[in-house]
Amino acid sequence: MKRRKYEELFFRVLMVLATVFVAGSFFLIVGTIFYKGAPYMTLDMITKTPGGGFYIGKEGGILNAIIGSIYVAGGATVLGLLISIPVAIYINMYMGGKTFLANTLRMAFDVLFGIPSIVYGAFGFLIMVYFGLRASLLGGIIAVTLLVIPILVRTLDEVIRTVPFELRDAALSLGATRWETAKVVLRQIRPGIFTAILLSFGRAIGDVASVLFTAGFSDNIPTSLHEPAATLPLAIFFQLSSPVEEVQGRGYASALVLTIIVLIITVLSEIFIRNFFKHKI
Amino acid sequence: MYKLRLFKDKFMSKLMLVLTLASVSVLFVIGIGLYYHSIPILHKLSLSDLLTTSVWKPLKGLFGFYPFIMGTLWVTGISIIIALPLCLLTALYINEYAPARIRKILTPFVNLLSGIPPVIFGVWGVLFIIPLIQDHIAPHFVAFSTGYSVLAGGIVLAVMIFPLIVSIITEVLRTIPQDLRDASLSLGATGWETTRKVVLKKALPGIIAAVVLAISRAFGETIAVLMVCGNNAVVPHSVFDPGYPLPALIANNYGEMLSIPMYDSALMFAALLLFVIILLFNIISRVILARLERKLAS
Repeated sequence: MKRRKYEELFFRVLMVLATVFVAGSFFLIVGTIFYKGAPYMTLDMITKTPGGGFYIGKEGGILNAIIGSIYVAGGATVLGLLISIPVAIYINMYMGGKTFLANTLRMAFDVLFGIPSIVYGAFGFLIMVYFGLRASLLGGIIAVTLLVIPILVRTLDEVIRTVPFELRDAALSLGATRWETAKVVLRQIRPGIFTAILLSFGRAIGDVASVLFTAGFSDNIPTSLHEPAATLPLAIFFQLSSPVEEVQGRGYASALVLTIIVLIITVLSEIFIRNFFKHKI
Repeated sequence: MYKLRLFKDKFMSKLMLVLTLASVSVLFVIGIGLYYHSIPILHKLSLSDLLTTSVWKPLKGLFGFYPFIMGTLWVTGISIIIALPLCLLTALYINEYAPARIRKILTPFVNLLSGIPPVIFGVWGVLFIIPLIQDHIAPHFVAFSTGYSVLAGGIVLAVMIFPLIVSIITEVLRTIPQDLRDASLSLGATGWETTRKVVLKKALPGIIAAVVLAISRAFGETIAVLMVCGNNAVVPHSVFDPGYPLPALIANNYGEMLSIPMYDSALMFAALLLFVIILLFNIISRVILARLERKLAS
């Protein structure tokens, strides 16, 4: 009898320890980045593009990478939405939502979600070679769009499924066509669409492997789709591989910038998801 | 007016069908595209030569993927060994033991962790894990280690796959009917006995699915592993040896791949290898999970 009690206690303690470790790793990571990055954080970092001797430790900042990342992630999210909203509607409204085919499609998008970004990057590179494009903002946007489509489709699909069937039935019974009903549903899930945008943007802005081959790198802020664009994660990676201490430090500060951006996006999306599901019956 | 509305409906229906098919077919197009570009190297060297020889000298036309495959396996294996027990215990705690209040606080942290970009994990690995291994762990076991090792890659990867494993196992645990737990508890079993003999037994397929999915995620992770792994093209023999996983190989050499003959083909073959393995693992785990979901629904 005693042994069973001790066993219970032992595993309970083990579970709490494991949980503290897993949840604590988040603080450990963010804490390390803050601790190392904060001393190198200056206003110049986020308001200036790299100056002449930036990569040997002289003046400048990473504005080029911040803007470049926003262009790539924003462009990919917009392009991804244009494709994935119709896809999510088609699966749920036109294919009946629960048929074998619809479920197979969902699984296909789950599998696409599992494909690593390096494969999307390599594939994006093949597309660019095929069309004769150089590493450019456009190339980066294409590769990252492929990466975020599965995220957007699966999130929108989950959201559309929370819309009560009665609502669709009411619209249909009033003589609305399926497309008109879809518009009613779309209005209903507007906060959900916003959540999907945040999730997609957050993933897109932090990904390296997909833009490595496709977007290139540049010290200037791109002014057209055909110019190469710097991205924040890549800027971090390059600065960290420098032997100059000052440049490495700036890499830590850049990591801090990216961490803060991503944390804000994640927290916002958490709040949106909560509110969205709270108001559902 | 009526005709116009019907036409709109038809038109949108076709348009959406095209978009749906196009976005799903990406899966096939990637496979075909990568295969097409791997044909030159597959013609030059046999598949078994590519996978089992370990000499990597692109300038001499020698492409042995064995060290890279072993590097990937080591890193992935270490990460799963670290992550699985921790995540299983965490998921069990969140789902079976924790009061609702604590559960509500814990879940967002798992989501926050999953939102952190890979490159940040890499920076953390360089700043925290590498010195930890170099100064505190390795000296107990080996004479010298720079810290850049498959162990460092495994630890960083383990933390990266925490959220994935925890969230899937939590989902799976939720599908187990409360009645089963109640029956076991009412017969006098302790909480842990119920968890081990009833809950875990029922959840086993789901846990396997979670592990398979986590393996496929770890397989393809690039930048974080690249930053801490040492990137030395030899087969690792201990956890303190550097390794060179496949994704890191692709990422590190994209710059020169068009200037050396067959090099681009070799790297595309590496991407194809990753793609096929991950595709298979993903399909397996998704089928298991879908089956569990259906069981719950019926």
